[in-house]
Amino acid sequence: MSELLPPVIVGAGPAGIRAAERLVAAGLRPVVVDEAARWGGQIYRQPPDGGFTRPKTALYGFEAGKADAVHRAMAAIRDRVDYRPRTLVWNCEAGALDLLSDGTSEILPFSHLILATGATDRVLPFPGWTLPGVFTLGGSQVALKFQGCAVGRRVAFLGTGPLLYLVAYQYLKAGVEVAGVFDTTPFAAQARATTGMLRDPATLAKGLLFVGWLRAHGVPIHNGVRPVRAEGAERVEALVWRDARGQERRTGCDAVAFGLGLRSETQLADLAGCRFRFDEADRAWLPERDGAGCSSVPGVYLAGDGSGIAGADAAELAGERAALALLEDLGRPVEAARVKELDGRLARIAAFRRSLSAAFPFPVDWAAAIADDTMICRCEGITAGAVREVARSGQAREMNRAKALTRVGMGRCQGRMCGATMAELLSRTLGTGPDGVGRLRAQPPIKPLPIATIVPSPRGGEGTDGREVA
Amino acid sequence: MMRERIDCDVAIVGGGIVGGSAALFLRQARLSVTLLERDWCGAKASGVNFGGVRRQGRPLEQLPLSQRAHAIWGRLPDLLGTDAEYIRSGHLKLARSEPDLASLIDYRERSQGFGLGLEIVTGEAFRRRWPALGDRAIGGSLCPEDGHANPRLVSPAFARAAAKLGAVVREQTPVDRVEKDGDRFVLLSGDALEVRARFLLNTAGAWSWRVAEAFGEPVPLESLHPNMAVTEPLPRFLDVNIGVEGGGVYGRQVPRGNMVVGGGRGFALDADRARPQRDAVLTLMRDAAELFPQLRHAHVIRCWTGVEGYTPDRNPIIGPSRTTPGLFHAFGFSGAGFQIGPGVGQTLAELVTGGETPMPLEAFSIDRFPPTA
Repeated sequence: MSELLPPVIVGAGPAGIRAAERLVAAGLRPVVVDEAARWGGQIYRQPPDGGFTRPKTALYGFEAGKADAVHRAMAAIRDRVDYRPRTLVWNCEAGALDLLSDGTSEILPFSHLILATGATDRVLPFPGWTLPGVFTLGGSQVALKFQGCAVGRRVAFLGTGPLLYLVAYQYLKAGVEVAGVFDTTPFAAQARATTGMLRDPATLAKGLLFVGWLRAHGVPIHNGVRPVRAEGAERVEALVWRDARGQERRTGCDAVAFGLGLRSETQLADLAGCRFRFDEADRAWLPERDGAGCSSVPGVYLAGDGSGIAGADAAELAGERAALALLEDLGRPVEAARVKELDGRLARIAAFRRSLSAAFPFPVDWAAAIADDTMICRCEGITAGAVREVARSGQAREMNRAKALTRVGMGRCQGRMCGATMAELLSRTLGTGPDGVGRLRAQPPIKPLPIATIVPSPRGGEGTDGREVA
Repeated sequence: MMRERIDCDVAIVGGGIVGGSAALFLRQARLSVTLLERDWCGAKASGVNFGGVRRQGRPLEQLPLSQRAHAIWGRLPDLLGTDAEYIRSGHLKLARSEPDLASLIDYRERSQGFGLGLEIVTGEAFRRRWPALGDRAIGGSLCPEDGHANPRLVSPAFARAAAKLGAVVREQTPVDRVEKDGDRFVLLSGDALEVRARFLLNTAGAWSWRVAEAFGEPVPLESLHPNMAVTEPLPRFLDVNIGVEGGGVYGRQVPRGNMVVGGGRGFALDADRARPQRDAVLTLMRDAAELFPQLRHAHVIRCWTGVEGYTPDRNPIIGPSRTTPGLFHAFGFSGAGFQIGPGVGQTLAELVTGGETPMPLEAFSIDRFPPTA
């Protein structure tokens, strides 16, 4: 296989950085393309250069050591990689990526590509979720880590997933009042799943410590919660919620941070032609990858949360593992012992993640309870009722059709935020499983592209025959 | 498994705007109709095209059908129960040079008598009337009653309206075999379904060549993929549907503010699917921003394309088969089937029910091309 082109890595989080490190160690000079201004990804996002002086222990808590190690790993190879920060990959077509950087579009051909595109919060709407003051958990964390500010003075944390307790803890540590943690998971489910988590006592201990620490500081923690609505005239003034016994309660707050775990950013894998499968644990369509990170497309490798949620530790391992698979495909010598060790550790994490998803199950009844008049697509202003209507009337039996008829997923986010909700509503209404309604096809650009994008050497659209169509 | 068998008057292959509207008009004439659609009705070129509802600029031989379609578009809510965002906004074809303007004037002359009501506007009057259009154009030709609509809503609605009137509409139902057995057409979809019909309408868009070939009528049909893009919503600055003489770029702003633009070509992923092409997208953005200065600070939020059948002379194939009585073709609209589609559907219904139509179809005969090897 040709080695004329340097390997390309998309994403400079834990997976991308460890992949780059391994390729550099093998004497290659990878291109690392990243949307952020500084490396670290979402989880180990660094504050902007200059002016921000909070130490890593304050920014990343228990993870400070890991964050620091990842940051240092990239710093150490900085001059041996072609690093492209502040660069959006907006398309993948015919063996090349389209990059957007400083308003200029550039074509980057590749022969070997590692996609480490990461994840965003998975959200389901509830009444009032569009009020100013309602944020995702990940967004709230970015505010703290990157912008050095909190989303409110008194914040309610709602939802499920490891991020729920972590971000509440980080906010409390940062001196913000935590109005409460409102966990959608019933207490019993969490207790049961704890047994499985004993596979990774360190992570379990960390989780328990967050909970213990929050309790010790007087933060109320409620299990089995469902949101009723976020209330407020111009911004959030209270979270109204239903407790495990079905009683409606009200908690005053000026911000709500919520999320239901994470969802993988899979658009590039889709445009690269990767085959997808439905993943029960993530409740999502994901690009297929084998244990080494190979996708169904030769030369395209997948690592980290962008192709299945497994967390930052797994991402580091999977990044390195994908790089080793790439090197093997190039015919480079690869240390078998290291491969074996990584495979073993990834397998243990995978087992642990299964327990974790049991501990933080997706609240399937939340979607069922979304009122018809609740807006589910913020870009286009479409309600849950509109989606249910096209399903009920037989007009739409899958996602792309529902998108065409309702406009859900046609706005700026292109379904990245609202897609999960539409899948839940459609499959519920149609009585299929969550895998029964397909997935939205990715289209370029995967994020909005300025019309004023500069094209250094426009090649001209092929085949315009001078006629207006339609 | 038991094979389901349906006996009917008319079988239709392809549930786009032509097949869907033919089904609707045939049901209005009380014939029994079975429509088979491989994907979802209106999911291909009929549903993903630019959305221009335009007579202006068509070759003169298409104008009688186009005028017939125009009347149908005017009754859309009655026929479909939805206006599908159809607006008679006017279609303005711009001239960027004197020769282009001369050619617009020439078209107005030649098309007189078809009732398009074209109006040439130039110079100061042009600038006053469409100040938003920047200075790239020196004038244009307005067809006041042309407009635009949302193809994603219109095209499926025809098949839906037909179903409401009793047509059997089967989606996700590919036709694997089609033949004539005595005086009946026999269509097979896997082992599950057999449809027998006296008449067969071949309205399968870019895939129609397969049906034609099955009856010994090979056609030189080529699949092409018009490239489209849409911006985020912007303040309203444009009410007319815009085309440009000489081509290159076209655009319309929908009432919610998004600007839909088209130009260039996408590429085929396989025989059934296509994607926008990077150079076409970037060129389209540049051309659109040049034509519409208001877009200069906007973002494109989505690009798309579709699979459309093109003929060598860019006119469709419409009319009876030359080999097989009872078979009628209507495909190969070459990127311009959306507006004319319902007029063609009505004409097919006439051909089936009465054996004739007042519409001149000579230019669209299937045997006009030299035989393909």
